[in-house]
Amino acid sequence: MDKRYAIPSGDFTHAGQASSEIKRLLKQLNIPPKIIKRVVVSLYEAEVNVVAHSLGGEVLCSIDSEHIKITVSDRGPGIPDVGLAMSEGYSTASQEVREMGFGAGMGLPNMRNNSDEMDIKTSPEGTSIFMNISFKEN
Amino acid sequence: MKGVSFHHALTVREELCQGCTRCMRNCPTEAIRLFHGKAHVHPDKCIDCGQCMDACPFDAIVIEQDDFEKIFSYNYRVAILPSVFIGQFADDIPERYIYKSLLDIGFNEVYEAEFGVDILQTIGNRFSTYADDKPVISSYCPAIVRLIQIKYPTLVKHINLLRPPVEITAMYIRKKLLDRGIDPKDIGIFYVTPCAAKIAQIKSPEQQKPEDIFTGVINLDYIYNLVQSNISKNKKILEEISSDLPIPPLTPDAGLWSLTTGESSTVSGRTLAIDEIHNVIDFLEKLENDEVKNLDFLELRACAGGCAGGVLNPGNRFLAKERLFHRSQSMKEITLEQEAMICMQASYLQHYIKRDRIEAKAVFQLDEDISKALEKLENYQKVVNALPGIDCGLCGAPTCSALAEDISKGIADITQCAVLKLRRTDDNLAIKKVWGNSLEPHQP
Ligand SMILES: Nc1ncnc2c1ncn2[C@@H]1O[C@H](COP(=O)(O)OP(=O)(O)OP(=O)(O)O)[C@@H](O)[C@H]1O
Ligand SMILES: [Mg+2]
Repeated sequence: MDKRYAIPSGDFTHAGQASSEIKRLLKQLNIPPKIIKRVVVSLYEAEVNVVAHSLGGEVLCSIDSEHIKITVSDRGPGIPDVGLAMSEGYSTASQEVREMGFGAGMGLPNMRNNSDEMDIKTSPEGTSIFMNISFKEN
Repeated sequence: MKGVSFHHALTVREELCQGCTRCMRNCPTEAIRLFHGKAHVHPDKCIDCGQCMDACPFDAIVIEQDDFEKIFSYNYRVAILPSVFIGQFADDIPERYIYKSLLDIGFNEVYEAEFGVDILQTIGNRFSTYADDKPVISSYCPAIVRLIQIKYPTLVKHINLLRPPVEITAMYIRKKLLDRGIDPKDIGIFYVTPCAAKIAQIKSPEQQKPEDIFTGVINLDYIYNLVQSNISKNKKILEEISSDLPIPPLTPDAGLWSLTTGESSTVSGRTLAIDEIHNVIDFLEKLENDEVKNLDFLELRACAGGCAGGVLNPGNRFLAKERLFHRSQSMKEITLEQEAMICMQASYLQHYIKRDRIEAKAVFQLDEDISKALEKLENYQKVVNALPGIDCGLCGAPTCSALAEDISKGIADITQCAVLKLRRTDDNLAIKKVWGNSLEPHQP
């Protein structure tokens, strides 16, 4: 099953819509709570990043009986140094964004820690982050 | 996750139910469906919050209780009252009259449930939370605990695992009576409840124990009537006969505990108190998304105002709250003598202070088997898109998405949708005037 959600840039009031709805679907599938939590955290952080740091984009979630594959893509400006961006505490968030409670530099590290597989492709034209989370508890 | 249903205190009296859909639309867990014109409560999804009872204009939803006469099968009868009981009475009725009347109607001893707060603070060195995850969520309101069990499985590990004060009070009293040499068979401890959720909790097979904490439950409105008529009948002599009646002690913290912020204000760290079930649901969604950071403790209550808003309270909740605040000003800290009494039972109580682990219950799953659940989910999505999305309730389900879920589970049919039917008839001009084209299927 595929679900697609648009994420407009700069609209913090609606960040989290995709993760809320995916959460509801996963409960209907009776996915273990621990796994739901990992999906929600990964997806929410990805959504907020698109809102905060990009020109807008979308989320695509593909769910089958074994895993959820999440692709979050945006229209730029890209991440100049992925290695640096992935390190805990690194953030270029503006003062305005920090005042809204974001910008601790923990989003990407959280996504990596909560997904079983993560891949980032980025260029000035846009960033695409792929995450895979298995429904099996290990 | 376990499949067992909860015990429920709320029941629908079919002969009174008019099928008006108010309860169905107010139910925060979408547990109610209409069937042959009568409301039916889904036992797995009901959390006994009492919203339906509040919404019903026909008094068709009732709360079970034990027969009052049952108390007389015990030689030693104890009433445990929530503090809000005192708040139901007019200001000119002294507390002594209320306590004396409770003895007059048949109890040997009366305690307030919140005395357990004082016990906990005395024996527990003020520690009051214990859970796997932060923020710790209060376990005080049983409707909230159930809500989390069924709707927020990822949050069950946040629930405080200490027994609520009311159970501590009952355990303490029972132990004291046993120490006095009273035969366990003779002891009857009855809780006077302001809400349905507490009854359901007490009667649930999965809780209770240490020697069966409560013997029975009686609804607060019932006891209120007995006490009120005793006061009316004996007003003249009550002044004299209650003049040296000893009233069990209670600290101001305990006396205000059941009102909103009563508990959170005694917990250290960053705390937050939220009341009314729909507010709580909004907040739990955020918490589940990990959007809430840095909080240490959450006090969540199903009723507006905390227990003062319980559905069985006959009085006005704002007045009740005011009376409790007023009363708390003359309450005192616990004396050394009382502390010594409590400490005598400390080791026993500490041994049983923790409650059983709380398990999530997967009541929203579409199927046990994930492949089948996925199929049903696809089906559900299609149906949702075909339905009008106006949540009119005429199909007997509270929302279009609830109907879609029922259809995908095979327990409802799309022909139940009255709006889809209207769309097919020719003379729907009057309806079109109201709804425009919004009755057309919306785009997926
Ligand atoms: N989609 C994106 N497009 C452009 N830059 C991004 C994108 N996602 C992340 N970044 C860059 O990577 C940095 C680190 O991201 P990360 O999510 O770890 O932290 P943050 O968003 O700054 O703060 P937090 O997620 O803790 O609120 C960001 O500050 C930003 O410079
Ligand atoms: Mg981020």
